[in-house]
Amino acid sequence: MSVIIAKGISKTYDPDGMPVLALQRIDLEIREGEFTAIVGPSGSGKSTLLNIIGGLDKPSEGMVEVGGHMITELSDNELIDFRKEHIGFVFQAYNLIPVLTARENVEFVMLLQQRPKAEREARTKELLHAVGLDDKMDKRPGELSGGQQQRVAVARALAPKPAFILADEPTANLDTKSTENLLDIMAELNREEKITFIFSTHDQRVINRARRVITLVDGAVASDEKRD
Amino acid sequence: MLIKMAWRNIWRNKRRTLITIASILFAVLLASLMESLQKGAWGHMIKNVVNYYFGYVQIHQKGYWDEQSIDKAFALGDHLTALPAASSHIKGLAPRLESFALASTGNNTVGVLVIGIDPQAETRMTKLAERLQRGNYLAPEDDAALLAEGIAERLKLDVGDTIILVSQGYHGVNAAAKYPVKGIVRFGSPELNKQMVYLPLLAAQRFYGAEGLVTSLAVNIAKEEHVPPVVRALKRKLDPEHYEVMDWPEMMPDLLQAKALDSAGNYIVYFILYLVIAFGILGTILMMTKEREYEFGVLVAIGMGRFALGFMVWLEIILLGMLGALVGIAASFPVVWYFYVNPIRFTGDYAGLLEKFGFEPIFPAAFNAQVFLTQAIIVLVLTSVLAIYPVFKIKRLEPVHAMRGD
Ligand SMILES: Nc1ncnc2c1ncn2[C@@H]1O[C@H](COP(=O)(O)OP(=O)(O)OP(=O)(O)O)[C@@H](O)[C@H]1O
Ligand SMILES: [Mg+2]
Repeated sequence: MSVIIAKGISKTYDPDGMPVLALQRIDLEIREGEFTAIVGPSGSGKSTLLNIIGGLDKPSEGMVEVGGHMITELSDNELIDFRKEHIGFVFQAYNLIPVLTARENVEFVMLLQQRPKAEREARTKELLHAVGLDDKMDKRPGELSGGQQQRVAVARALAPKPAFILADEPTANLDTKSTENLLDIMAELNREEKITFIFSTHDQRVINRARRVITLVDGAVASDEKRD
Repeated sequence: MLIKMAWRNIWRNKRRTLITIASILFAVLLASLMESLQKGAWGHMIKNVVNYYFGYVQIHQKGYWDEQSIDKAFALGDHLTALPAASSHIKGLAPRLESFALASTGNNTVGVLVIGIDPQAETRMTKLAERLQRGNYLAPEDDAALLAEGIAERLKLDVGDTIILVSQGYHGVNAAAKYPVKGIVRFGSPELNKQMVYLPLLAAQRFYGAEGLVTSLAVNIAKEEHVPPVVRALKRKLDPEHYEVMDWPEMMPDLLQAKALDSAGNYIVYFILYLVIAFGILGTILMMTKEREYEFGVLVAIGMGRFALGFMVWLEIILLGMLGALVGIAASFPVVWYFYVNPIRFTGDYAGLLEKFGFEPIFPAAFNAQVFLTQAIIVLVLTSVLAIYPVFKIKRLEPVHAMRGD
């Protein structure tokens, strides 16, 4: 089953009268349980593509369907609700709310979803356990290492039981050991829980672990390689 | 959760928060102190001039106050002496017969106000007997005078000496008599201090040739807030064709006007003070909004509504303002209290200048919850308005742009 179907998406940025074509007529389909890396040189449109399929940004042309919702038709406020319910984001850095502890950061999205307290607490524990941070639950982001912060971000992204997780260069600021550790956790969640991951990366070690690699060049798909 | 986050966000940048709180504290302290001193000074003055002589409310024959002529004296009938029954707030009546006269000792002559009083009723209301410096207080049957200290000094009189009073009495009668000085009183108000001469009512009525008449009835009221109901009750009882019932602002519009003018001056100072503080807070808000743009972007990206986010930031700023106001009030409390207990007392040239203008050179602070509350409200309104800026920013925030930093 496809969780994402994107057809003919183009994106033109026109910040100051100098139009930049960030994506050109991209067709893309992502199936449930995939572990996909989007790669390509800097400026090739990776972030733009992720933002569009995550409902953070709108394409100039084309349509995106996520889990049966035509998100290209949604209003700004509907998109906020859509993201809250269906998508988990992990950004490159500074994902977490600095004034909240790891536990509160994970709980926060479920709070936005108005889940009952008991469910929130149980799931928070479970997720922080899954990313190996049982002993860091009451630490604030400032007291955690970069790798630990990214693991909390993954736990937070998983909290609302999203259709998939979008991660834009999640390992860009991590050392080798933390990168391996984060990838192990993501791969395990993918294998055991059938969580769909889509991440962009420059990092060859990350690319090696992906089971599908989509390469973008100048905003167009240059290759799409499946490794199963 | 929003409140918890707002509270923690306030303490993220401790130094900036403390500076902001300190600036609000300073404004609140300064404004409360100024306001308290001003209110206190005027309250004190009004108490002096109003309560210690005029009374909050007076009854006259219609037209008396404009003319201030003894010819407008009226008979103190039973329907008037029964008036205290009209309202429970009326503690009593002080009948007076007053007019201007010349006082002399042979060599020196000064213009004075000669007032016939019911000694008991008068002291119940204005505590005149407590103002006695030397000698004794008047008795109803006395044929003697009580002088304000200023007159005694000018005329070089002391207890036991004789004062000569000359005036025009009721309907042009010649009034001239001499009285032994029985006592000397001192007033806080320099104005009163240099013109008051008291006689017992009977003696004054004989002096002015106005047997059985009075020019005014001062109404003894304990608290200023009782004035309006008392005025209403009296107006119902008295025929407006014959009598006028006046409260102190009506009798002394100048005093009220001067007070309003003085307050207006203060308001300009507050305005400037808070304007400066407002720019300070605005600076903090601008910096904070800029610094946290990325974070706001993340919050909207993961599904926090713009309204909730805006509300949280608004709350932060209000909380910060209230914190400053609270600390400011806490700091003002002892300071204002100090000046309430230990009034500022001017001495030397400045005191002389103040006295010249009829001010007593004492400035006690008012200790009034309303003063502090007003400051808190000003800060609340100020911060609420300033907090609109980030709320507005958040309303238009695009997460992708915010996180890219453009
Ligand atoms: N908000 C924007 N305004 C203007 N131009 C933009 C904007 N966002 C992206 N672009 C441009 O669109 C193109 C694609 O950018 P994008 O961020 O998607 O690339 P990327 O592959 O993620 O690059 P990187 O590897 O550096 O993260 C670039 O040329 C970029 O300058
Ligand atoms: Mg990118």
